[in-house]
Amino acid sequence: MFKKPRWIVYLLILIGLLFIPRLLSIYHLMLFEYGLTFAIVGLGFNLLLGYTGLLSFGHGAYFAAGAYSVAMIGKYFPHAYSIEILIPAALFFSLVLSVIFGFVCVRHTKIFFSILTLSLSMLLFALLFKLYHITGGSDGLRVPLPALFGMSFKGIRRPEFLSGTYYYFLLGMFSVSFLVMKGIVSSPFGKALQAIRDNEIRAELIGIRVRRYRLYAFIISGMFVGLGGALWTFVNGHVTADLSHWVFSGEIVYMTLLGGFGILEGPIIGAILFTYLKLYAMGNTQYWMFVIGATLIVLVLLLPNGVAGAIASLLAKIKRKTVKGTTC
Amino acid sequence: MFSALAPARTWVGARVFFEEELEMWVVYTLNALYFAALLFLTSLGLNIILGVMGILNLAHGSLYAIGAFMAAWTIIAIGMNVPTFFLFISLLSGFVLAGIVGFLMEKSLIRFMYKRTLEYQLLLTFGALLLLEDIIKMIWGGQAYYASAPFDLLGKVDILGHIYPIYFLFVMFITCLAGLFIWFFMGRTKLGIMLRAISLDREMATGLGLDIGRLSTFAFVLGSGLAGLAGALVVPTTPALLGIGMEPLILAFIVVVVGGLGSLKGALVGSLLVGFTRSFGIAIFPEIELPLLFLIAGIILVVKPEGLFGR
Repeated sequence: MFKKPRWIVYLLILIGLLFIPRLLSIYHLMLFEYGLTFAIVGLGFNLLLGYTGLLSFGHGAYFAAGAYSVAMIGKYFPHAYSIEILIPAALFFSLVLSVIFGFVCVRHTKIFFSILTLSLSMLLFALLFKLYHITGGSDGLRVPLPALFGMSFKGIRRPEFLSGTYYYFLLGMFSVSFLVMKGIVSSPFGKALQAIRDNEIRAELIGIRVRRYRLYAFIISGMFVGLGGALWTFVNGHVTADLSHWVFSGEIVYMTLLGGFGILEGPIIGAILFTYLKLYAMGNTQYWMFVIGATLIVLVLLLPNGVAGAIASLLAKIKRKTVKGTTC
Repeated sequence: MFSALAPARTWVGARVFFEEELEMWVVYTLNALYFAALLFLTSLGLNIILGVMGILNLAHGSLYAIGAFMAAWTIIAIGMNVPTFFLFISLLSGFVLAGIVGFLMEKSLIRFMYKRTLEYQLLLTFGALLLLEDIIKMIWGGQAYYASAPFDLLGKVDILGHIYPIYFLFVMFITCLAGLFIWFFMGRTKLGIMLRAISLDREMATGLGLDIGRLSTFAFVLGSGLAGLAGALVVPTTPALLGIGMEPLILAFIVVVVGGLGSLKGALVGSLLVGFTRSFGIAIFPEIELPLLFLIAGIILVVKPEGLFGR
């Protein structure tokens, strides 16, 4: 395993990430934590977009499922409010939701799939928005600090919580998600998904059960996004119904494209870049949507493989040039 | 009016409400037709673009919003000192401006997208949506535009013992005209037949020598204009606000999904379905009116995945 240079790079990056809380100010650390949670979301989303070839415009729904299961448990079952219960609960509820929605959606592909996922996420939005005496509606719900493995964080302010224990917990969750996703993608199941993406009919003819595999991919993807949503709530401290709005889902698609969805690591880069881009755009101009929209259009027209794709093709070009140089 | 709706706020109250307020059905039916009319115009535009170009335009709601703001601005600008007739003509300004914006959008962005895959097409229109929302904010600012002059001028009429605004009937009339026009245009004129040929088989249509680029531009402008017209028509009844186009967009998606891609009949039936569900849903179960709509749409899709009139 450690023979390959790629794993050494991963290990070095992980060691570097361990020292991040000492390097960054609390504000930038929080931004980085937002980026990490969205990186988990991007990993899950990419399984569907990059590896199965299905573009969902409704993944905000599973994000909201994860986030709201945390917030609702905090509101209605405060005794059970500790992370080791909350994370499985978030995974469970996003699983249930993605099974139900996925069952309807995977019957379709392409544009129909996108419209359906979008509409279904808006269904969840409508429910969260209208049932305000349960969900808080547009005011949303406040999320207190959870207990972590028996440690209580009562009386501690959120920034201290975020810069200490929680960062390492988040980093651990991220590493695990990354390894799991890498495992999924390189397993026979992942290869089957890629076969479906490349040629549906051929995949069906060699005996892959296309619709069932799509459903599995949909569910796994939904669970990753739900996990990201749950972890995000602790950083943000507040959930609103907007998480399930399709514009939020559009942002998930955007960050995946920004990083590049052909590559496993792409969405991670995209998520972290997007968090900084959005925050800086929001901080410096009132027209942040204009900035995001313009960059998106430029990206689609000029950099269709995203930042990671651009770097990869640049590296390949340099390699080719040096190889040519040595042979000539 | 609102106190009459109060009992319906609980599930148990729904039955009481049914018995007491059933005579209101005339109003609810007319409201349903009015909702359906507006929705029909919006989804028709979406459907034409989707059918002819194969692109789902996520920025369609923004074009609707542009129509709404433009019409409101024009009505406020020309004021009350002109003959009534001009006030109604000014509603057309929404159609014109949305058409112009659509033209610019197609020429500058969409035309590079025909050969690209679905992900990029959708993301590009999503980018255009974000861009247009902020451009609207730049031009018209964040405040609401009230332009109820056409609504007030037309007054009210007595229908089966209920007082009903004539303006809603006017909207239905305009929509009928537009629908008939599109139906005639698509079915009988040469241009319409060419557009349908493209939507059936793009390659074959190119082979027959049709100018795909120009026809696509035309379809996009027409679709955008229809969205703008719908926005303009709604503005005398509700103020033009930022984000006004979001809800019609989602409802138009539902109409397109339920009715079937690229089908005029489907758009009509889908709009009526959504209109009636909304109108009676708001009256009877105000809290779950939108989820109810999705439920019905979901059931239709599970039973008939290609939509009611899809190919």
